[in-house]
Amino acid sequence: MERIILEEIMEKDKNQEPLQGDRSEEKQQKSVNRRDVLKGIATVPVLGAMAYGWWRKKRYDNFLNNQLSKELGMSYESPPAPVYARDGKPVRLGLIGFGIRGPQIARGAGFVHPDEIDTLKQAARENSADRRYQNYLEQEDMNLVVNGVCDVFDVHAERAIQTGANVNRVGTDGKLGKLPKRYRTYKELLAADDIDAVIIAAPDHWHGPMTIEAAKHGKHVYCEKPMTWTVPETYEVVKAVKENNIIFQLGHQGRQTESYIKAKEAIDKNILGKISLIEVTTNRNSPDGAWVYDIHPDASEKNIDWKQFIGQAPWHEFSLERFFRWRCWWDYSTGLSGDLLTHEYDAMNQILGLGIPDSATSSGGIYFYKDGRTVPDVLHTIFEFSEKELSLMYSATLASDKDRGKVIMGHDASMKLGNSITINADPESTRYKNKMQSGVIDPALPIYSYVPGRKNVDAVTSATEQYFADRGLLYTYRGGKRVDTTHLHVHEWINSIRTGKQPSCNIDRGFEEAMTAHMGTIAYKENRRVFWDRDNQKIV
Amino acid sequence: MNNSLNYSKSQLYLLTALRVVIGWHFLYEGLVKLANPDWSSIGFLLDSQGVFSGLFYSLASNPDVLKVVDTLNIAGLTMIGLGLILGSFTRLATIGGIILLAFYYLSHPPFIGLKYVLPMEGSYLVVNKNLIELVALCVLLVFPTGHMLGFDRLNYLIRKR
Repeated sequence: MERIILEEIMEKDKNQEPLQGDRSEEKQQKSVNRRDVLKGIATVPVLGAMAYGWWRKKRYDNFLNNQLSKELGMSYESPPAPVYARDGKPVRLGLIGFGIRGPQIARGAGFVHPDEIDTLKQAARENSADRRYQNYLEQEDMNLVVNGVCDVFDVHAERAIQTGANVNRVGTDGKLGKLPKRYRTYKELLAADDIDAVIIAAPDHWHGPMTIEAAKHGKHVYCEKPMTWTVPETYEVVKAVKENNIIFQLGHQGRQTESYIKAKEAIDKNILGKISLIEVTTNRNSPDGAWVYDIHPDASEKNIDWKQFIGQAPWHEFSLERFFRWRCWWDYSTGLSGDLLTHEYDAMNQILGLGIPDSATSSGGIYFYKDGRTVPDVLHTIFEFSEKELSLMYSATLASDKDRGKVIMGHDASMKLGNSITINADPESTRYKNKMQSGVIDPALPIYSYVPGRKNVDAVTSATEQYFADRGLLYTYRGGKRVDTTHLHVHEWINSIRTGKQPSCNIDRGFEEAMTAHMGTIAYKENRRVFWDRDNQKIV
Repeated sequence: MNNSLNYSKSQLYLLTALRVVIGWHFLYEGLVKLANPDWSSIGFLLDSQGVFSGLFYSLASNPDVLKVVDTLNIAGLTMIGLGLILGSFTRLATIGGIILLAFYYLSHPPFIGLKYVLPMEGSYLVVNKNLIELVALCVLLVFPTGHMLGFDRLNYLIRKR
């Protein structure tokens, strides 16, 4: 058997004539024999094979992508970032309600309590992947000033004051700006001359009365969802907002979610075909998620203005549980319908322009949280939209964390929607039938997927990206900014105040949201199918 | 270089084939990333588990560091791939490959109790494809072929002249 001996090279080396003077490189080359050259370049053709394979694969991918993009006409570009007006005059804010959501919206507006800044800084120090502090610092300054605050609980009111004064975005070691004035009642705050606009984050039963009062004083309103607690006040809110010509933004910050804007593009281009069913869900499984919030240890009848909290709600003796966990009682709350269905509905209303449904049926019950609550912890509401010829099914439980997401089902394709979008062709689609037969479309792979911030998402990598995106491990924000949607929503509202343009979740969208939620609630409470009388604009 | 080795023809060809296919794998991984301007290692890094996960998280957390990591990874994969296929700077390429694979393995060790968001394409316990490829490169380190079938043969001869 022929042996190839490694020493052969060394041997040859020994036999070579010694180098002489300035022998040219060309001569050196010649002294390496032909066999050496062949052996030296023996594997070079492999590169040729790879180049050919690369070219074939690119051509194939391009073919598929071109066929697909021609068919879909969808872009992978992110929607353009809105450009907002900046004029020299600051907008003077009032903060009403400073429990849980109040501080979050204040942060979106640029104001964070010094304690909270310390916490964020500490978190960033301990875990460099925690970028909340940096995100906050990068948040654009909207030129706002907080002149007044109001909360019926002294501790919350005090925190609101400190938050509003933290104009330098500093921790407890920094210097605060001018302290905003604390008003004992929202009415006094709304009557103040040095306030242009208010953020309302009080309990549900206060949204309507506060918005109406604000509008009467010509103050612009950013109001948390749901817009109203009762049906009659819904009409009054609309009337007050329109008559007084204020800028009203309802707090569905999902309006700013990039994937929803993209989803609308896909719907407008009819990529899903005829849509017959939309499934939206809420799954939560924690006391916090079920509104069993912590009771502040310092809270008592002495530092809570209980009478003002009750307002138009039925009288009840002082209860810390009811004060901190008000969402659990119809007396102050709108339940799942108002708190969480509204977010899902508003997303679909944004994407599909649904308007108010023709009918609603609901069922559910208090199946898990036997804590004295009156609102259900499991709820399913089905809305029918006769003009659009589709059903919207909302299904929720506060006792399971299984992720079900949002799905829009069409004859030709279905869309799964979260922070990202995935559209899969339907195996029985008429429109994509030929493309599926020719192999251009594989129903198992998305025909379109969009992860915010990403330009090129190809079918091969999208499954993984989907995985990440839906779990919040988004590498879409690589090197760039992760922006709080609440900040964008507040910014849009502020811009509308400055320019007079209507914001995305204006009073008309608010009316649709409120009536839809009320239909779901009435259907549950009265255990009947509820209808929307379009001619008379009322629930029957 | 251990020059006392001698191989049969089939030993030489098969060792070279092993070198070339591993090279192909590296090169293609490098080129795919190079061709995708949006590719980043951040998802992979953030999905790290095990004792070294802290290190990998910290690499991912700073955009500037991440950019360097990404560039080094793409350049490393491509150069190592070319080196192994062509048999050029084979020893350097082999060692580089072992280091890269060690990083991949250590960031996602398939140990009992560690779970990953990133789906794996097989079932593994302790041994996964990264480890096998790493060991294969170790084999190639002690059974080199570049100076017999590869540019290293020419390099060596020319340099000795």
